[in-house]
Amino acid sequence: MIKLIMNNLEVEAEEGWTILETAKFYGLEIPTLCYNEGLTPYGGCRLCLVEIGEGEKSKLVTSCTYPVEEGLIVRTDTKRVIQARRMMIELMLSVAPFSKTIQDLASKFGVTKARFKPRNEECILCGLCVRMCHEQMDAQAIGFVNRGKDLRITTPFDIRSERCRLCGGCIYICPACQLRCQGPGTETALCNACLTMEPTCLDYYDELQCWMYDAGRCGTCVREEPKK
Amino acid sequence: MKKINNINQFYDLKKKIEGLKSNQYPIIAISSGTCGLARGSDKIIKTFLEELKNRKLDDKVELKITGCHGFCEAEPNIVIFPQEIFYQKLEPKDVKEVISETILGGRIIERLLYFDPHSNQKFTYKKEIPFYQKQKRLLLENNLFIDPNKIEDYIAVGGYTALSKVLTELSPEQVIEIIKKSGLRGRGGAGFPTGKKWEITKKAKIKEKYIICNADEGDPGAYMDRSLLEGNPHSVIEGMIIGAYAIGASKGYIYVRDEYPLAVKNVTRAIQQARDYGFLGKNILGSGFDFDIEIYKGAGAFVCGEETALIASIEGRRGVPRQRPPYPAQKGLFGKPTNINNVETWANVPMIINKGPEWYSKIGTNGSKGTKIFSLVGKINNTGLVEVPMGMTLREIIYEIGGGIPGGKEFKAVQTGGPSGGCIPKQLLDLPIDFESLTEAGSMMGSGGMIVMDENTCIVDVAKYFLDFLRYESCGKCLSCREGTQRMWEIVDRITKGEGKEEDLELLEELAIVVKDASMCGLGQTAPNPVLSTLRYFRHEYEAHIKEKKCPAGVCKDLIRYFILEEKCTGCLACLKVCPQEAISGELKKPHVIDQSKCIKCGACMEACRFDAIVIK
Repeated sequence: MIKLIMNNLEVEAEEGWTILETAKFYGLEIPTLCYNEGLTPYGGCRLCLVEIGEGEKSKLVTSCTYPVEEGLIVRTDTKRVIQARRMMIELMLSVAPFSKTIQDLASKFGVTKARFKPRNEECILCGLCVRMCHEQMDAQAIGFVNRGKDLRITTPFDIRSERCRLCGGCIYICPACQLRCQGPGTETALCNACLTMEPTCLDYYDELQCWMYDAGRCGTCVREEPKK
Repeated sequence: MKKINNINQFYDLKKKIEGLKSNQYPIIAISSGTCGLARGSDKIIKTFLEELKNRKLDDKVELKITGCHGFCEAEPNIVIFPQEIFYQKLEPKDVKEVISETILGGRIIERLLYFDPHSNQKFTYKKEIPFYQKQKRLLLENNLFIDPNKIEDYIAVGGYTALSKVLTELSPEQVIEIIKKSGLRGRGGAGFPTGKKWEITKKAKIKEKYIICNADEGDPGAYMDRSLLEGNPHSVIEGMIIGAYAIGASKGYIYVRDEYPLAVKNVTRAIQQARDYGFLGKNILGSGFDFDIEIYKGAGAFVCGEETALIASIEGRRGVPRQRPPYPAQKGLFGKPTNINNVETWANVPMIINKGPEWYSKIGTNGSKGTKIFSLVGKINNTGLVEVPMGMTLREIIYEIGGGIPGGKEFKAVQTGGPSGGCIPKQLLDLPIDFESLTEAGSMMGSGGMIVMDENTCIVDVAKYFLDFLRYESCGKCLSCREGTQRMWEIVDRITKGEGKEEDLELLEELAIVVKDASMCGLGQTAPNPVLSTLRYFRHEYEAHIKEKKCPAGVCKDLIRYFILEEKCTGCLACLKVCPQEAISGELKKPHVIDQSKCIKCGACMEACRFDAIVIK
């Protein structure tokens, strides 16, 4: 067994455990998004950040990927950690403001506004679908292409992959919810979460950008477009 | 080429080569790295060869086609041995004169000499030129004597003696001890002690080990590694063989970007020659030690310079970093312990073995030993590669070696460490350069890029440039880095367009600090440095863009307007003719006027005006 300090408590973990697994075992809650027990940890969403070490050498690492070490000092909820997590949520919120999962995270961490211009995309590139497809469905039909701001998930050459069996595993695991949420009342809707969400305001009215089931509900569009 | 089977054969060969070299003067060494070629050195080489042949001098005068001599501003240049006469900015038509006057007549051609604007003086010999005089060129100097296509040239300057010493006299532990004692630190940027790194890899339990030479140099404006690989590939190879012996690796990789075709070509040939001579392969110099090197060409992603991304790339996966631990020294390439060092680090190794760790550790500062190569570029008179001992001040590098700022303009800042580094302002010009001091100043050593900026550079625009680079070059795995660089760029872009809000600076700073903290690899952790350092030293310039909607340096197009000063305009029609938008109207000998609604702010009129009548407001 490996002994380490977690939030001032001496805890024991089995060799090979990650910080996240250890925290879970002891009932300490760490928020996650790109993590799934059945898949290899990825460390992309940066929500499960914890602070390790002490003093000047302390740093933030993702608990889902960091293996426990003898004598490691871990703190899961320092000010530094919360601040970073909140910024991550704010960044996600401005990418996919209509995702129920992300909105729930925001309300839990008290992120009430996104200060960046919303992009209204569906995908937050957490990579869960890619890992699901590779590791559980053994299909490798989708993957990442490009890098940086152009990173996206798609099939090879953007055409339907022969390896895709339409199993729906990627849709099942997607946390951004967009693929599942089809608005209230439709037969395919699973969560009906969009009934409860407050939309994020757009900068100006643009009919094509309004994805609300009843366009104009948020009221932004009645405002005039700012003069350039 | 005969394979060398034992140490005595090596020394016999060395003696033979040295005997051949000593009486072959004069030698014309022409700088023909990528920088030289770009300035037309290939044409000069061709003319030289023809001319020497025509005059039947081709067996009396040796034309040595070498790598970069470092003085890129003076390309294409030649150094004539034994006197070390330095001729710069040669053209094919000068070749005849060089041969008839200097080589045969022993006379100096005045107009080809280097003119130093600082001291208002012309210099004949290489060693007199201030650019070279102030440097300590331990690694780069050999570029002058070596044709990278000839392993014999490298042996003639003492090459592979360190390897023969290591294989015959030293145990792997002793080699590591020497490197540790020398105080050599990784030249890739982070400055991890090399000896310690080797030791950790050596101590890893798995027997099969790898070493990698990281030549994925991607910083805008940095090209030291390219110059070493092009000009002196064997020094890197020898360093790697010694490292492999110390660590116990049997296979090495050189990860070099495919954008460096000449470096790839020269290294490939060098590896083949080393194999032919028996410096690589089975039973090296009869010692029983086996080691070979393979080249892996990178596709040019900046992030592949990060060691775990580099490993993923060699393994054939996407070049994406992963969480450490496990460190490459424990679990690296193909799951085996791997030691990764930068090109310059490897090139330092043979020298340390030859001259001893005591000699090496005397150069530099307390924490940083040896010399460091910087690529001095931007608004500087003597663009080029400079090698200086650690601890030299920025002022010495920029003014004494670099020759100051062109056009007598004011120095504003210098960006060290490329996109991961920061802007160092004028008040820190006396900062001694080493790993610690640069980090303290909010920048970093990085691989050694040094971009000098003058008063006409807009700092916000510089931050925007680097953020733009990073938002494309982030691998995109971490949300903090992918979205963070994109959002920081958006904010800075907004500011340069005059659409910035006062709360933007606060948001920018908040975001930058989190991106630094929350990202996984070195790229993300250092990505906010350009923003944070410019905010630290040039906050007033950001504020001018936001509050006054003005760009003090007159760079940001949305915030500037071109005007014609009535009293200075002579009405010569010069600006009117060059304006692509036909935005300038006026008659001959009467002041012209710019129609602001048509002007696209290209600046062509300002360049065309000979009377300084056009100003930016």
